[in-house]
Amino acid sequence: RGGSTRGKGCMDAACLTLIAITRRLCILKGIYPHEPKHKKKVNKGSTAARTFYLLKDIKFLLHEPIVNKFREYKVFVRKLRKAYGKSEWSTVDRLKDNKPSYKLDHIVKERYPTFVDALRDLDDALSMCFLFSTFPRTGKCHVQTIQLCRRLAVEFLNYVIASRSLRKVFLSIKGIYYQAEVLGQPVTWITPYTFAHDHPTDVDYRVMATFTEFYTTLLGFVNFRLYHSLNLLYPPKIDGQADVELKPAEGKEYAMDSESYLEKLSALSASLARVVAPTHEDEVEMDEFPVEGETAEQMDTRKKEQEALEKHKKLFEGLRFFLNREVPREPLAFIIRCFGGQVSWDKSLCIGATYDVSDPSITHQIVDRPRVEQQVVGRYYLQPQWVFDSVNAKLCLPVADYFPGVLLPPHLSPFVTEQEGDYVPPEKLKLLAMQRGENPGDAGLRDEESEEEEEEEEEEEDENDKEEEEEEDESEKEEEMKLKKMEEQKTQSNKVTAGKLRLEDKQRLEQEQQSEEKRLAIMMMKKREKYLYKKIMFGKKRKVREANKLAAKRKAHDTAVKEEKKKSKKARRA
Amino acid sequence: CQHHRGQETQSPAAFPKRARPTPLSPLHLWGSVIALPASAIPVHPSPALCCPGCRQRVCLDRGMDITQLSYPFPPFLPPPRHPGVHLLETVSPALTPLPSAPLQDIRNTVGNIPMEWYQDFPHIGYNLEGKKIYKPIRNKDELDMFLEKMENPDYWRTVQDKMTGADIKLTDEQVDLVHRLQKGQFGDVHFNPYEPAVDFFTHEVMIHPVTNRPADKRSFIPSLIEKEKVSKLVHAIKMGWIKPRKPKDDTPTYYDLWAHEDPNSILGRHKMHVPAPKMKLPGHEESYNPPPEYLLSEEEKLAWEQQEPAERKLNFVPQQYRCLRAVPAYSRFIHERFERCLDLYLCPRQRKMRVNVDPEDLIPKLPKPRDLQPFPTTQALVYRGHTSLVRCLSISPSGQWLVSGSDDCTVRFWEVCTARCMKTLPVGGVVKSVAWNPNPTICLVAICVDQSVLLVNPCLGDKLLYGATDQLLESYAAPEEERVQPVQWVTATIEEHSKGVRLVVQHSKAVKQVTWHGKGDYFASVVSDNSNMQVLIHQTSKRWSQNPFRKSKGLVQCVLFHPIRPYFFVATQRYVRVYNLLKQELTKKLMTNCKWVSSMAIHPGGDNIICGSYDSKLAWFDLDLSTRPYQLLRHHKKALRSVAFHKHYPLFASGSDDGTVIVCHGMVYNDLLQNPLLVPVKVLKGHAMTLDLGVLDVLFHPTQPWVFSSGADGTVRLYT
Repeated sequence: RGGSTRGKGCMDAACLTLIAITRRLCILKGIYPHEPKHKKKVNKGSTAARTFYLLKDIKFLLHEPIVNKFREYKVFVRKLRKAYGKSEWSTVDRLKDNKPSYKLDHIVKERYPTFVDALRDLDDALSMCFLFSTFPRTGKCHVQTIQLCRRLAVEFLNYVIASRSLRKVFLSIKGIYYQAEVLGQPVTWITPYTFAHDHPTDVDYRVMATFTEFYTTLLGFVNFRLYHSLNLLYPPKIDGQADVELKPAEGKEYAMDSESYLEKLSALSASLARVVAPTHEDEVEMDEFPVEGETAEQMDTRKKEQEALEKHKKLFEGLRFFLNREVPREPLAFIIRCFGGQVSWDKSLCIGATYDVSDPSITHQIVDRPRVEQQVVGRYYLQPQWVFDSVNAKLCLPVADYFPGVLLPPHLSPFVTEQEGDYVPPEKLKLLAMQRGENPGDAGLRDEESEEEEEEEEEEEDENDKEEEEEEDESEKEEEMKLKKMEEQKTQSNKVTAGKLRLEDKQRLEQEQQSEEKRLAIMMMKKREKYLYKKIMFGKKRKVREANKLAAKRKAHDTAVKEEKKKSKKARRA
Repeated sequence: CQHHRGQETQSPAAFPKRARPTPLSPLHLWGSVIALPASAIPVHPSPALCCPGCRQRVCLDRGMDITQLSYPFPPFLPPPRHPGVHLLETVSPALTPLPSAPLQDIRNTVGNIPMEWYQDFPHIGYNLEGKKIYKPIRNKDELDMFLEKMENPDYWRTVQDKMTGADIKLTDEQVDLVHRLQKGQFGDVHFNPYEPAVDFFTHEVMIHPVTNRPADKRSFIPSLIEKEKVSKLVHAIKMGWIKPRKPKDDTPTYYDLWAHEDPNSILGRHKMHVPAPKMKLPGHEESYNPPPEYLLSEEEKLAWEQQEPAERKLNFVPQQYRCLRAVPAYSRFIHERFERCLDLYLCPRQRKMRVNVDPEDLIPKLPKPRDLQPFPTTQALVYRGHTSLVRCLSISPSGQWLVSGSDDCTVRFWEVCTARCMKTLPVGGVVKSVAWNPNPTICLVAICVDQSVLLVNPCLGDKLLYGATDQLLESYAAPEEERVQPVQWVTATIEEHSKGVRLVVQHSKAVKQVTWHGKGDYFASVVSDNSNMQVLIHQTSKRWSQNPFRKSKGLVQCVLFHPIRPYFFVATQRYVRVYNLLKQELTKKLMTNCKWVSSMAIHPGGDNIICGSYDSKLAWFDLDLSTRPYQLLRHHKKALRSVAFHKHYPLFASGSDDGTVIVCHGMVYNDLLQNPLLVPVKVLKGHAMTLDLGVLDVLFHPTQPWVFSSGADGTVRLYT
């Protein structure tokens, strides 16, 4: 695999011995192949697909001290196998006690010389850790790895709660996406839905395990740093007060203390202990430094953005949620806590429940069943999508659309920012309007109104269509008249009729002329530029086509729904 | 074997097979010979047996020997009571020697050999006396066999002895034995394979030991060596040399790795490092409850399934679930993570500079066509009359008359302003080219028909003028001595003369182009030939022709005279050669960069040439600049048929098979430093496509900015 710019000596002897462990090394050290500038020159004249590494990179790998550790490990495995083969159990025990281990700390530091670099590369690490933490504790990979992943993931979630840095959430069919803004860097990760995995056979778990090995190291250090940036203890400790609350009643041991610690932490319901007791005076008013070249308007917008962000962070402040048992507890508890809400669940569901269903101060109960018997007055029963949509909309959405059993409005991706010319679903438009503060009214009413409006509009459109048709008819008639006249002229050849003034549409003429000029200019383009131009235009046209297709689909769907509604209405009337 | 020995005397039939041939003791032999008839000796019974039920022969394994199998057990064949009778029964009559020898032993002595070695012999082996044993004569055919099979009740138990070739009827005991063996049972009926086992040692603990050997001394005296070792270890522990192993803590310890961020630690590597692109963020279609327009319709779903996984735009099918409770696990979650891992460490990374250009910026800024007027913009007149494709056009130097030649074997003369056909000249052949004499004082048109060039006086316009032309032609006086010419100059007959034809220049091969020199005396013709006779230059006044080239340089497409200087242009398929006629030498060779030149036109200034080609390119040459094209224009979509320059206006036009005429502004500056400016100004459409041909010829009006085009649809059109 070793590639070089020179023809000869692309691989030396040391490299050959490396090949078996090169993959691991490449993964750990973050070495990736390069596309050579002149593929043919490097590949001895052939254009077959090959992977090329820079010789410099391979040499860099050779200097890695961990290579020796890998060799030691190889020897260890050989010895262990031999001992097993001879059934020398005491040797096996002794060998296992002396198992060589290695650390990846220096590699983390080497790959990410600054903390921000590490934060930028955190996406894959988080996704992988969340995936591994859901693996069963049998087979596939070491139990310690899974436990470590779970621990790190929970720690990170706790950090996000403590720093209130969650920004966006999205329920996709693949899993749940989260986006947090950690120290100014957007960090996105995905967690699978909590189901048992159907482990595929065509996946090499060793590769994934190697990645995870590195990612856990990275995430551990990142967590440490993040916790310290908030003056939190690391490894995290639950706040003393909360700890007492969380303790189960005497004589009812929940689990072993060592395990219950992680469980309590993963309940996400308790705040964390700080190194220094927080004082409210600590919150310093930020001074404002006007940036040069910035107008007052820009300053204002910046200020507004800041305010909106603060508001967003306190979205659920003062609200008390209760999660029913059919709702995925962890994501919801995480999100609600991230935005300052209080959350609880049934005691038998998980450790860390702080209040009961019957608590009268509950404002929202998250329910995911078709209907709820025995509703308690004074609280909203809502489907979980409300929480997600509210977070994305940065405001508490009207609750009427999210009652149990109600057909939910579409769940939109918060990661899409529509540019000009892109298709924007109508729900998004509605949402944007709501964010601007328009249409502050009851959602249901508004819907009906809008429907009525739409109907009216449609009628108007119909009228317009009619008018257009009439116009067309008229024009056709005129043409017919002309033809008739022509025929008449032909028959009465000698007769001269008065000419009619032909009106020229100046604008249209001008447009035509311009388009022709453009066409002629395009003809004069150079070959390469013409190719580029055609490519760009093709891309643009395709975009437009796709947007139009979506719009047409939506229109067809809406009309179908409307007709069905009308039918049902008629049926009801009848 | 004891069994065997005990019963030996009773029945020697159970001899082991190996002992059967000669090396028996005489007594033994005698006994056996005497006691047993041949048929009773169980030697090699035929491996075929018949099942009594279905009367089908059952095949035994070839190597199976009943005698061998029955070896350890008592003999199963009791001695027959009437050996003689038995012998008679079994041995075929041909072999039965004499009634006096009923006790003859016919055992075969050949041993255990494959019997097919005797296949081709009449005998089958040798008996004890060394005499041949002959094969029993078998004259049974298939029918006999069948009848026997049907009629003989013992057929199923009859087998053939391979050693003697005789048929043997198995006894009941033998049949029984065979059946038992087939079932996998022991041959001996009385043998019990399940006798109770007796343990050698009992499993119960007895009060007495098995051996009574006293224990070793070393087994109860402490070992001195071990004591020494233990004391050493104890000493080492006391001295603190051996410490108990510390329990290992596997949990990793974390610390502030970036406590001292050193700007020096950012190496060149990090600057070269290409960070992996982040995963694409999900769009609306990935939602568990997307807007309805993002769901795939049935056809889209089908198309998605048929696509290659790598080609799909989405790697999942958008789906809608009514509530969060109904959302299942995503089955490809681990796959996707794994693929991401593979991407991270196996995909080559590259920084790609994305061209972020506004497409409008790519369009070159050209002067507006409106500022470059005049040029033809609209179709003004259509000259109808020809019934087939109009191949060629030419115009009188005054610009009043137009001549067109067509495939319908006529040449038509038109008045330009009225589109009126003034004259039709049937010429009796396809007209390939017409050329009006550029000299305004001469009214003469050269027309290419088949193998001849007709010089026609159209008798149009000023009577004085065409009268003068006739006089000029008639004033020719033949030279005194006849010279050898490559062509024949023939004066027209009276009939032809009345039509207007004055002279006929007869070539040896078909002529495809004719063109006049600017002065109007010389004209050149191109013959479709492959020799050096392709181009001929004729002088009208002297009726004299010559062949300027000694050698053929390829298929000549068209030729052209320079308007001012004595240059002659010859276009072959890929090159244009420029000859100096005075010096009689090649001055220049222009590379057109085209595959096949179709036409050529020269700028009236004489320094620029355009070449149209069948690969839809138009090459503009600046003769002062280079032998390569100054610009190669690819305006047309199909092959170019003809190109033309305007005499006064900076215009040139090209007509193509795609049915359009493109008029371009081609300004040539007097300043030698300034390159010509080429701007397309108008695309003229009008000709209907016929036979995949569009425009065949274009021509500019000599004085007005008008352009004529002739097309395959049989019309000539004027654009003004």
